[in-house]
Amino acid sequence: MAEEKDLRKAKEAWEQGTLAKVTARFPERKAEFTTLSGMPVERLYTPLDTAELDYERDLGFPGQYPYTRGVQPTMYRGRLWTMRQYAGFGTAEESNERYKYLLEQGQTGLSVAFDLPTQIGYDSDHPLAQGEVGKVGVAIDSLADMETLFAGIPLDKVSTSMTINAPAAVLLAMYIAVAEKQGVPSRKLSGTIQNDILKEYAARGTYIFPPKPSMRLITDIFAYCSQNLPEWNTISISGYHIREAGCTAVQEVAFTLANGIAYVEAAIRAGLNVDSFAPRLSFFFNAQMDLLEEVAKFRAARRLWARIMKERFGAKDPRSMMLRFHTQTAGCALTAQQPDNNIIRVTIQALAAVLGGTQSLHTNSRDEALSLPTEESVRIALRTQQIIAYESGVTNTIDPLAGSYAVESMTNRIEKEAQAYLERIDKLGGAVAAIEQGFIQREIQESAYAYQRAVESGERIVVGVNKFQVENEQPPEIHKVDPEVERRQCAKLNELRANRDNGKVSQVLAELREAAKGDDNLMPYILESVRAYATLGEICGVLREVFGEYQPAVIF
Amino acid sequence: MERPIRVLVAKPGLDGHDRGAKVLARALRDAGMEVIYTGLRQTPEQIVEAALQEDVDVIGLSCLSGAHNHLFPRVTQLLKEKQAEDILVLGGGIIPEEDIPGLLAAGISAVFTPGTPTSAVIDYIKEHVKR
Repeated sequence: MAEEKDLRKAKEAWEQGTLAKVTARFPERKAEFTTLSGMPVERLYTPLDTAELDYERDLGFPGQYPYTRGVQPTMYRGRLWTMRQYAGFGTAEESNERYKYLLEQGQTGLSVAFDLPTQIGYDSDHPLAQGEVGKVGVAIDSLADMETLFAGIPLDKVSTSMTINAPAAVLLAMYIAVAEKQGVPSRKLSGTIQNDILKEYAARGTYIFPPKPSMRLITDIFAYCSQNLPEWNTISISGYHIREAGCTAVQEVAFTLANGIAYVEAAIRAGLNVDSFAPRLSFFFNAQMDLLEEVAKFRAARRLWARIMKERFGAKDPRSMMLRFHTQTAGCALTAQQPDNNIIRVTIQALAAVLGGTQSLHTNSRDEALSLPTEESVRIALRTQQIIAYESGVTNTIDPLAGSYAVESMTNRIEKEAQAYLERIDKLGGAVAAIEQGFIQREIQESAYAYQRAVESGERIVVGVNKFQVENEQPPEIHKVDPEVERRQCAKLNELRANRDNGKVSQVLAELREAAKGDDNLMPYILESVRAYATLGEICGVLREVFGEYQPAVIF
Repeated sequence: MERPIRVLVAKPGLDGHDRGAKVLARALRDAGMEVIYTGLRQTPEQIVEAALQEDVDVIGLSCLSGAHNHLFPRVTQLLKEKQAEDILVLGGGIIPEEDIPGLLAAGISAVFTPGTPTSAVIDYIKEHVKR
């Protein structure tokens, strides 16, 4: 290691000479520099910081273990990421129009946002649904709505991602049933359901059932899809919302992979072979403002997951070791002040996702700190991706920041610190236990509060919010959800209940109830219920009766 | 000694975004107030019931799902029915500018939108709390 010794000496000489002379006259702006997550950042990274790195062991080649440089051998030279804007509001008719618009604009996949009653398994006429119908997404009560949602969109030609968790099995069943009506066999369907209940308990809040039956529903989906929907991503293990709730980059990696480990363990316990389901696991991360930290985060997550799958679970199929992920830019980084500035923020975040090797991307719209986005704002957000894809040049070579002393050093550090968290979570009994004990929630809240204090003290600058403000801003035009949506949706629901074969509905729901009490795979029963036009609220109601509801501990 | 200001931080409706509610709850507590947080998915009835039971001076409602026009006025209406209008009711979340006058008219004392420092809420409460 003579070279290393020489370099160390040279660096010391630089520090004491050239550098010291300058800092004596012009001190640096701050005593300490940190990433957005508070990770210390050195003035300069050199080969000394990556001396431990073994190229073949730690980086390797794209499409090869440990996948640090990307999951595909050609990455964006072969195919660009899927541009997938999360959208949905009002009724199925309105959302269907928006999807067709987005596809016309060059979007390459769909991403369905459901309203909160749908996400929590209530029909639109449930008392708790009042005021929420069609607000944060589209209202889906039955297969009839789902048929409208995808009318004129050939399901064998698009891939569809659905942000649905507790009732994921029901919405997936509806999707399969719509495809049947279009004459598309389930084997040809490609897309993703989020289906990640653990982060709902920890950060996002749309849980219904307690952990045990929730994990059963998830592993039932894994098993069903491995037989019937081979191209379907059965889960999107999501750090996105955990990061939105305020955690750091390291925590995002750690808590997401800890949840991933819990799902793999549950499926293995349910008797599945790891390589039968693990290739269809997918991930979902946030892209925040700190470009280098984010790129390092994506790379670290890929390497760490590959190692976990190979070493801890003995996966043999390389696809089981590949961390494929969707990215969304950080909603919490959007400011209500000077909203056009958000276009620039989203550009930086999207660039981080692309430099980090994402498989699909949603870019937020500039006005989302104010309301749902307008069509014009959504178009700018999509154009941002297209400019990165077609004009920036970063897609021409794979993993272009690899070998950067700074990025490799941060990648190592994030992996190591996330690994330490995983060991702590294992000691607590795994992710489910860590959530039940409130460990994950407390860690997130500590980080969120620390960030808020840093912004309020001015230690962290948010342009337009605590510096460079303007007085008397004119509020921009925003998207409004028609207040009549709720009434219209309830009317449709009443009509459905009056016109379907209610004897058949009672029968399929009774069969579902019996199956839920036993341990059959529930997917075929849910599919039968959906085909008979049982509503989402009725199906989830039966499961609520049998499974009970999750009662969270309130922690702050 | 004067008793500390008591605040109920509440999440009405089905919205699960509680980062802001929790950060604010913590900041109010650090500012010397006694804070109760309801947790998610509370009905206006449950919120008013908790506020009366806990004898709070302030209710902070947080909603990011767009259901504020339905949920916030329901809380103030129920407080009126229970003759508890002296409780200061504040709202926060993703609330469009144009909805604010209606909420104020319905008895919400102030509406705080994204980017508001917690110190602004603390100052507002100290200045306006009725007791």
